[in-house]
Amino acid sequence: MQLVTLTVNGEERSLEVEPRTLLVHALRDNLGLTGTNIGCDSSSCGACTILVDGLSAKSCTLLAVQADGADITTIEGVADPDGTLHPVQQAFHECHALQCGYCTPGMVMAAMSLIDEYPDLDEAGVRSGLEGNLCRCTGYQNIVDAVLQAAGAAPAGQATAAATAAAGSTP
Amino acid sequence: MTATATAPAKETHFGARRLRREDPALLTGEARFIDDLPLPGALWMGVVRSTEAHAAITHIDASAALRVQGVTEVLTGEDLAPLWGGAALPCAWPVTDDMHNPPHLPVAVGEAKYAGDAVAVVLATSRYAAADGAAAVVVDYDPKPAAIDLAEAAAPQSPLVHESLGTNASYTWELTPDPDAVNKAFAEAAHVIEERFVQQRLIPAAMEPRGVAAVPSPAGGELTLYSATQIPHILKVMTAVTLGIGENKLRVVAPAVGGGFGSKLNVYAEEIICSALALRKGVPVRWTESRSEAALATIQGRGQVQDIALAADADGKVQAVRVRLLADMGAYLQLVTPGIPLLGAFLYHGCYDIPHYSFVCTGVFTNKTPTDAYRGAGRPEATYAIERAMDSLAAAVGLAPEEVRARNFIRADAFPYTSCAGLQFDSGDYHAVLDRAKALAGLDERRAEQARRRTAGSSRPIGIGFSSYVEMCGLAPSRVLASLNYGAGGWEAATVRVLPTAKVQVVTGATPHGQGHETAWSMIVADRLGIDPDDVEVLHSDTAVSPTGMDTYGSRSLAVGGTAIYMATERVLDKARAIAAHRLEASPDDLEYADGSFRVRGTPASSVAFGEIAFAAFTAHDLPDGMEPNLEAHATYDPPNFTFPNGTHVAAVEVDTETGAVEVIDYVAVDDCGRQVNPLIVEGQVHGGILQGAAQALYEDAVYTDDGQLVTSSLVDYLVPSAAEAPRYRLDSHVSPSPTNPMGVKGIGEAGTIAATPAVINAIVDALRPLGVTDVEMPASPQTVWRAIEAARAAARTAGGAS
Repeated sequence: MQLVTLTVNGEERSLEVEPRTLLVHALRDNLGLTGTNIGCDSSSCGACTILVDGLSAKSCTLLAVQADGADITTIEGVADPDGTLHPVQQAFHECHALQCGYCTPGMVMAAMSLIDEYPDLDEAGVRSGLEGNLCRCTGYQNIVDAVLQAAGAAPAGQATAAATAAAGSTP
Repeated sequence: MTATATAPAKETHFGARRLRREDPALLTGEARFIDDLPLPGALWMGVVRSTEAHAAITHIDASAALRVQGVTEVLTGEDLAPLWGGAALPCAWPVTDDMHNPPHLPVAVGEAKYAGDAVAVVLATSRYAAADGAAAVVVDYDPKPAAIDLAEAAAPQSPLVHESLGTNASYTWELTPDPDAVNKAFAEAAHVIEERFVQQRLIPAAMEPRGVAAVPSPAGGELTLYSATQIPHILKVMTAVTLGIGENKLRVVAPAVGGGFGSKLNVYAEEIICSALALRKGVPVRWTESRSEAALATIQGRGQVQDIALAADADGKVQAVRVRLLADMGAYLQLVTPGIPLLGAFLYHGCYDIPHYSFVCTGVFTNKTPTDAYRGAGRPEATYAIERAMDSLAAAVGLAPEEVRARNFIRADAFPYTSCAGLQFDSGDYHAVLDRAKALAGLDERRAEQARRRTAGSSRPIGIGFSSYVEMCGLAPSRVLASLNYGAGGWEAATVRVLPTAKVQVVTGATPHGQGHETAWSMIVADRLGIDPDDVEVLHSDTAVSPTGMDTYGSRSLAVGGTAIYMATERVLDKARAIAAHRLEASPDDLEYADGSFRVRGTPASSVAFGEIAFAAFTAHDLPDGMEPNLEAHATYDPPNFTFPNGTHVAAVEVDTETGAVEVIDYVAVDDCGRQVNPLIVEGQVHGGILQGAAQALYEDAVYTDDGQLVTSSLVDYLVPSAAEAPRYRLDSHVSPSPTNPMGVKGIGEAGTIAATPAVINAIVDALRPLGVTDVEMPASPQTVWRAIEAARAAARTAGGAS
């Protein structure tokens, strides 16, 4: 067993883990932070996305021991303590960007990181930026719209109407 | 309907884009899915799965597994057989009296029938130890010949999945009301279209894999079974029967469930094994499926070979449709496996007024994972076949695809319409829907662009694909289910309970797993009672809270479950009205209910508020003679008919003829799901459905090797599309209220998936038809499309050389 110290959602946590323990299992099983979900075993689905030192990471691809000393944010640390949703969460709510909600924590974390990293997001940027996060319910349209709304970007519907018009005149 | 006395309340919420109350818990990580449940002291189960498609199990060596730290026990199928007393996993739909349904044990004994078949289980004190232990069990197999390909499995010389049956056919089911008329129509037809389509197997891939936790109460003898299931009520009955335990001692809970799409509409081996072991060990036993395990151990969808023939007159009016179907059952029959093709069997004539019909389906065993319900379940397959064939007919007659559809549609004035397959369609205006779809798609402009590119010899032609569909939803009238040999009813139950403080609890038997039932149900009840939806709590998914129900599948929740809620609410209002009349010393008939108060007509000052009635019902100090205290009503609704949502979708694609790559450049959907409680939720269902349907057309395929190994067992290999692949959807709707239920609702959960697959493939074929391409197999990967183009070009060269 190995001692690992993490700062999780602003709080320092120490835990003993087998060296092979995945970070996502350490968060879920050792720390009880079950908001981070597991949807695959090949790093494909992104349900387990968290922020490690401010950057999005799939917590199934890291060992807990690799994260020793890291500053970690999980979905439990995103909303205000008084329950006020983070702007990304609020946009997901307003745009109906979730149905079963299983991919949602990872999707929100990935979106937060994407918005942080790219100040001038457009629809294409959101779609490629979220390529590593799968959703089976929504068909993604409302997720894309929610991320654009949270980023303060132009709604995608307008851009698409223009693109449709443009497509009609392409030679 | 028994409760119709009360005048309808003003609808202030019905039809509103109300945001979902389910969201905050899901957005913050507060929601508890099955693997999130804290169960100290639980044993973790690992399942040893067959690596062979068909093999005798000659030896199981558990010694290495038992040396893994944390492993407590390894149990083979023979060890476990006494726990279920030889009973098999249930199949609730014996579609014919002579259907073969070989025993399906939760853990195989003696022989494994598919790669993924459970052959032993490991119990351990941690999830890692359970996985290590399962990997360390050594199983010796003596491989046998396997039946893998569906069409080959149906042939007489095929290896047999179940040797004792002497055949791979499970059943043959036919619906041919008038064989002579069908033959005559084909004999006299100006155009006969004959097509063979293959519905590849699909992996449902709900984002949450399955999971089970069985928690015993040894002193009291009860068992609580937690499962990531769509059907806690059905699971409760089936688990009790399978294990021979008292249903009164069993509680089933579906926690937050991360999507199902039919894959969690089942009774699975792991639910039975965990339950049996928890009862035997006296401690909780839990199991969480991994994604690659899910590919093998959770049912798959589709898997059909469809031969469809149309007989049409010279004008393109179809006179008969004939379908011969092979349906891949997999190695065993799961809960409703054999019935899935029957859910499509009544719809191969699509939304067309076709007089004559013949459908024959043979269910075929193969050495593969069992199939069962996957979003649409039989209806996407039927819609695909007829919609592809209608495009072939359009080409043969020389009509535009939309024109051949318009010529054949059931007319709006023909409803209620009795179909050639014997169903009575409730309502619709298919022409109006088509016209709206054409306009929204900008059909004329798109066609002009298509022509320009063709003239210019563009290597990126565009294609426009139509798909018009009608589905039977609102499963299901119990008497119809009886006529189809289904083993249960199709009703739904609801309770509406007004608490002393006038807050309301609604108990629904329709178990949600992402559909937003809580939000929609609260809107329905709030409208009827004239209260705020936030004052309505919706309880579900736990048989201790909601003891009666038939759960969620087949676009049934609103049309059946919502109607039950409507009825129960009306009964509550009837009782409230009687109490109000008593307090106001008026006749109930003289009362009107508005804005949360009963008033005597013409005497507005004489009123009593809903809250006062609620409290009066609770105190019971002064109720009408003979009235029971409390304000609560229960209703069970058994629908007299299905509902028939319909629509037309139009896909536009661009095909790169040099690489075979396809891009969906526009997608338009006009759906008629009757009246919409919450358009926000309706649109979300349509969006997700479209992408699942388009994914069958373009990406998804459960690929097996010739010896029965599933090669697409991870999300690396199995292409669930991401946001980067998804098109933007443009939606509109038409509203034909269903006359079958009081709210005029139909259902929308499966529509997108049903419509999208043929729309996309029809668009690809439309783009490539000038090159001679008449069919593209699914999924239309770049390689498949490129090969279709090359084959057509080669055929054209050969034809050119020969002429």
